[in-house]
Amino acid sequence: MLIPFFYLLRDGGMKTSITELLTLLEAMREGLAGHSVDDFYFLARSCLVKDESQLDRFDRIFSAYFKGVEDSLADLFADIPEDWLRKQAELMLSDEERARIESLGGFEELMEALRERLEQQEGRHEGGSRWIGTAGTSPFGAYGYNPEGIRIGQQGSGNRRAVKVWDRREYRNLDDSVELGTRNIKIALRRLRKFAREGAADQLDLNDTIDKTARNAGLLDIRMIPERHNAVKVLLCLDIGGSMDDHIRICEELFSATRSEFKHLEYFYFHNFIYESLWKDNRRRHSERVPTLDITHKYGSDYKLIFVGDATMSPYEIVYAGGSVEHWNDEPGVVWIKRLLRTYSNAIWLNPEPIARWDYTPSIKLVREIMEDRMYPLTIAGLDEGIKALH
Amino acid sequence: MTDQRFTGTSTYVATDDLMMAVNAAVTLERPILIKGEPGTGKTQLAVEVAESLGRPLYEWHIKSTTKAQQGLYEYDAVARLRDSQLGDDRVHDISNYIVRGKLWEAFESDIQPVLLIDEVDKADIEFPNDLLQELDRMEFYVYETKQLIKAKHRPIIVITSNNEKELPDAFLRRCFFHYIKFPDKQTMHKIVDVHFPGLKKNLLSEALNAFYRVRDVPGLKKKPSTSELLDWIKLLLAEDIPPEALRSENSRKAIPPLYGALLKNEQDVHLFEQLVFLDRRSRQQ
Repeated sequence: MLIPFFYLLRDGGMKTSITELLTLLEAMREGLAGHSVDDFYFLARSCLVKDESQLDRFDRIFSAYFKGVEDSLADLFADIPEDWLRKQAELMLSDEERARIESLGGFEELMEALRERLEQQEGRHEGGSRWIGTAGTSPFGAYGYNPEGIRIGQQGSGNRRAVKVWDRREYRNLDDSVELGTRNIKIALRRLRKFAREGAADQLDLNDTIDKTARNAGLLDIRMIPERHNAVKVLLCLDIGGSMDDHIRICEELFSATRSEFKHLEYFYFHNFIYESLWKDNRRRHSERVPTLDITHKYGSDYKLIFVGDATMSPYEIVYAGGSVEHWNDEPGVVWIKRLLRTYSNAIWLNPEPIARWDYTPSIKLVREIMEDRMYPLTIAGLDEGIKALH
Repeated sequence: MTDQRFTGTSTYVATDDLMMAVNAAVTLERPILIKGEPGTGKTQLAVEVAESLGRPLYEWHIKSTTKAQQGLYEYDAVARLRDSQLGDDRVHDISNYIVRGKLWEAFESDIQPVLLIDEVDKADIEFPNDLLQELDRMEFYVYETKQLIKAKHRPIIVITSNNEKELPDAFLRRCFFHYIKFPDKQTMHKIVDVHFPGLKKNLLSEALNAFYRVRDVPGLKKKPSTSELLDWIKLLLAEDIPPEALRSENSRKAIPPLYGALLKNEQDVHLFEQLVFLDRRSRQQ
């Protein structure tokens, strides 16, 4: 009973276990869901779903199974959590198709055609290759692929090649309330925390001494413990915006995990590479900047420095004065990062790009050299290794 | 075994899905995990379940320093040391120094109790794992006295979480789960009705409109929740604010009165005032 449904849930990507299915069956035997489909739905949901982010997926699978709605699994994935799944609809196009859409004229023509079509079109549209909507190959709309297209109402930069982006580009602060999936990251970070407690046992542990003495029927039993300096100090520098858009979620998770794990955590943002100043608040990134030298003066060399960034940029941005994409920098980025590394000998670079791509991107190779190979992938295993290297 | 069903109380409005989840947990005697936005009545649920089913309630509030062991029992070594120095006779029996925790108390209850484990996510990341066995078998072993404590009646366990830490899978598998959605306007009407039965109808609907408008302001750090709404209405009643004052068409008073009860964050208040200011200016033009 319900076994096909159970497998449908699992095929749909839910982590439902056998115990949970048995619980549901047991509840049904007790007659809890005897009255209506609604009751059964509520019961099944509370037995089988343990995470509110999975609720929507469950609902879709449930309706596909029980109402006989024709719904392929691919569609299931295409429409779940609105915000990120909408992006999943991005097209995988063959080279011929790409070539075909290249053939549209220049920018002016696009604008003209857009105005025309906006007038012709009514209502919402998705897919297809003419109307303005999402995930299609028309030059207008969002989440689609047309190398000369115009983007309407999309956050982030999609294929990052459109001629003009009509969204107001917002560099949002990384959200430290995101907590999904941080458990693993925290466990990796704990390695750093434990290290801080080790050392020579040179302090009297009063509680343990009393405890052991009492167990010893009053004969004094002195207990010593190592000094407890749980004061690992971490300086976190996060790359924000541009090519990092693809990695925002994982960075948010990392950020949120580190924030609650360390007492002494200072974080700063940069764009692509380190120059003479960084900032703490992305909404006021142009008005409130902190000079990089101030940071090295303010935070002692016992801080551990962690960069998070994809290190994917033009090599000029690293080695040339004036190479920054945002402003004129008098000294090249490499000088600034070397200054930081001189102060903070414990430093690593975490890179969310897959490790296989590192060798093909010249700037990543360059950064790795600067970091003396202390670059690690932003995965649980990579984090683990990186933390080890920080010791 | 119980035939009693939880259907909400005179002071608590429960939606159908919440009732189903609670009843399933009560019937199968398994813990129920409640999540939801702060202020949607997660903790209150346990109180109301206990009251409506006529059961004693044991509350275990979790802090960041709480250990799983503290819910079972603690051995008070200091008291024993002191007694041994004073030559007290009690010292010979170790069981005199075992202090019972909330879980033990609930296990000893003569009728099936309700046990609230509040804000389980506040504790250390390993906390839920340390309680797996105890919640599953409803028994634990006291090493000092070599005694097995078994629940007389499996308690109804309500666990709340604010999602500050993710809970381990093994723990989740043993629980029923319910996510308290933010109530829609209709449910909110019912909730307010239950708390302020004599409220003037137009004041209520104006207040709700103003409330949902504030919730819809983009970028708020902490959206006002049900408990803030109830506080706010209490204040409105105390100050005797006329319903007209809440309408935003009245552009001069576009900020709802006493909004301090709704917005608890300096940045939010600031953002809100800024938006209202912009809005007012655009109206004038």
